[in-house]
Amino acid sequence: MIAYKFDYKVANSIEEAFSMLSSAGDAGSFISGGHSLVPAMKLRLAEPETLIDISKIPGMSGVAIEDGFITIGGLVTHAEVASSYIIKESCPGLAECAGVIGDAQVRNKGTIGGNVAHADPGSDYPGALIAFGATICLSSSEGSREIAAENFFTGLFDTAKEQGEIVTAVKVPVASSSAYAKFPNPASRYAVVGVGVALNMENSTCQSIIIGVTGAADHAYRAKESESILNGSELEENNIEKAASAVSESKEMMNDLVASADYRTHLCGVMLKRAIAKAKYRS
Amino acid sequence: MAKKSITININGTPRSGEVEDRLLLVHFIRDDCALTGTHIGCDSTHCGACTVLLDGTAVKSCTVLAVQADGREVSTIEGMEGAALHPLQEGFFEEHGLQCGFCTPGMIMSAKHLLDNNPKPNEEEIRCGISGNLCRCTGYQNIVKSVQYASNKIQESESVGGE
Ligand SMILES: Cc1cc2nc3c(=O)[nH]c(=O)nc-3n(C[C@H](O)[C@H](O)[C@H](O)COP(=O)(O)OP(=O)(O)OC[C@H]3O[C@@H](n4cnc5c(N)ncnc54)[C@H](O)[C@@H]3O)c2cc1C
Repeated sequence: MIAYKFDYKVANSIEEAFSMLSSAGDAGSFISGGHSLVPAMKLRLAEPETLIDISKIPGMSGVAIEDGFITIGGLVTHAEVASSYIIKESCPGLAECAGVIGDAQVRNKGTIGGNVAHADPGSDYPGALIAFGATICLSSSEGSREIAAENFFTGLFDTAKEQGEIVTAVKVPVASSSAYAKFPNPASRYAVVGVGVALNMENSTCQSIIIGVTGAADHAYRAKESESILNGSELEENNIEKAASAVSESKEMMNDLVASADYRTHLCGVMLKRAIAKAKYRS
Repeated sequence: MAKKSITININGTPRSGEVEDRLLLVHFIRDDCALTGTHIGCDSTHCGACTVLLDGTAVKSCTVLAVQADGREVSTIEGMEGAALHPLQEGFFEEHGLQCGFCTPGMIMSAKHLLDNNPKPNEEEIRCGISGNLCRCTGYQNIVKSVQYASNKIQESESVGGE
């Protein structure tokens, strides 16, 4: 499969990327790991006329931790997140999430910035990042801004990111009792349903829990109904059951070749229970 | 849209070409360099038959543009054999790690990436390491054994070499 013709340019700085994109106009597109965009271009579902490679921009790589926040550069690959000691220790659920994206080769190329920018409904990071209270850092020629992951994912392949903005980093607060559970599509490995949980237990009481769900609806969401059932509880069996049946909320579940809406509703509950069990074990 | 001049170091040999921006790395390797050991299976980033190492990292070359590999190092199955077969190649031979052989080049390159980063993988780690490579003949059992064979062989030769 061969893509439509395009012009490939390499941006050596973020400013250069902005100016290349502004000259290309609407027909321009950034490319990072290329593992969502190149397949779409080969299928001719995407046909940018100018492809601006941002993968060599300095300052968007690496993982650092400071003042209780992990900063992950927008160019950091899924393989790097999965194997980062900082992330494994300070937000194990995120390393777990990155480690179950696609397969080894996909994880070697795909980046966190590209993954959140693309916002595939079956992407794993969105559910995990909402649960772990992450912030998406964006830059454009107009300046920089930050948006909570919870407000970033707005629709099918749609986010609060404006055309021309680059995801420079993702910031995640330290969350040692975090977990991610996923039911992968056996062929593509994308999440049929994925649930992230960040838990704060004190004296066997759940002080706070945040739940992010991906794969189920047309975009990832925070399951506040289930959270409120569990907040203040001791995570007893019956409360978990109640939370599990509420986790699909009043959201419209996707209904497609991969899974029916009913099956997705069911999987939401099962994945929530698995994620809670793992997060509790880590607390 | 003018063509671009690129040079990719493939298995230690610089290979130059004038390519369209949309040319995929796998086509550069197979058609421009006549290195046909790297296969095209699904052409949709799933099967892993086109796996090569890009700067030492396993990638599916049907999903990388040739221009993105300009100035970088690529290793393909043709680069595995030195004075003798690579332990992975020997492992696939000894343990019957293939039937039709279509997936084998990609499988070996993924396994190479795995062993380079984790010289003594357990069975689960091997299965995870090759999970981006589909085999429709073997049921993977003998592929896992082949990788274990290579891992043992590499350990042995290193401990002999170290004495
Ligand atoms: C076989 C296969 C299986 C997969 N399985 C999974 C899975 O299980 N779970 C999962 O979550 N994902 C999965 N993916 C998708 C993978 O994670 C992609 O790598 C990811 O979604 C996109 O990241 P990228 O860096 O490759 O982006 P690209 O493909 O380069 O870009 C995607 C889009 O984002 C834009 N973009 C890229 N980087 C930035 C940035 N820093 N700032 C702003 N815009 C940007 C591009 O312009 C483009 O529109 C799979 C992909 C494949 C091919």
